[in-house]
Amino acid sequence: MAQKQYGAATVEVDAEGFMTDLSQWTRDIAAAIAKEEGIAELTPAHWKVVDYIQKEFKENGQVPSIRKLNKSGVTSTKELYDLFPGGPAKKAAKISGMKKPEGCV
Amino acid sequence: MSEKIQKVSIIISKGGLDGVYPGLIMANGARMEGIEANLFFTFFGQDAIVKKRMNKIKVATVGNPGMHIASILGMLPGMSAMATSMMKKTMEKLDIPPVPEYIEMIHDAGGKLYACKMTVDMFKFKKEDFCPQIDSIITVGKFYELAAGGEIIFT
Repeated sequence: MAQKQYGAATVEVDAEGFMTDLSQWTRDIAAAIAKEEGIAELTPAHWKVVDYIQKEFKENGQVPSIRKLNKSGVTSTKELYDLFPGGPAKKAAKISGMKKPEGCV
Repeated sequence: MSEKIQKVSIIISKGGLDGVYPGLIMANGARMEGIEANLFFTFFGQDAIVKKRMNKIKVATVGNPGMHIASILGMLPGMSAMATSMMKKTMEKLDIPPVPEYIEMIHDAGGKLYACKMTVDMFKFKKEDFCPQIDSIITVGKFYELAAGGEIIFT
């Protein structure tokens, strides 16, 4: 298992840089991952998505799909693509400290 | 690793659930990976974007070897409806949206949707017959223009 340094924190990651231990996740680490993914700053709209993903994961053990996010009222598909350009499901999951989403939808 | 695909242009030419879904899944999947996606609906593939039809697309139980039932059974009344309803339930469980929602999702994701002009002329469709997510009705020539520099996938 690989490790990655974010500021003073060292976290466990998989080969693609997705965190493997959610307990190591902090909001500062999320912001640092976001920067790596080309998102300069996490706005309240980003945090709403991140918080929802983590809540869903804690409750159901699953990272919500784009469809579920759209239906949740937290964000719309359009907004999600604007917030996380170039791969919303993967990027939002990565920033939220989740493993890489495996679904095709 | 080889260069990342930047753009795909997907042609959906077949009707029926099994004709329409693969192209939709590939287009949406492309957008999820940050790949530019064009969808070109031609021939019976246009059922997916015609307002009156898009919600009623069924899976063919006759002449469809993939169904693994004899065509003579597939001919029985209600067989296609039953197979369709079973398939839809399974897809809902896998979080695969129904056709109209999928079209909307691909559109909201920034995918571009086009109707083939020749099919429109042939079936006498009008722009109003299509769902609002359709960008425009285009010729094959225009399709190639839009697809330039990317991959073309025919389904």
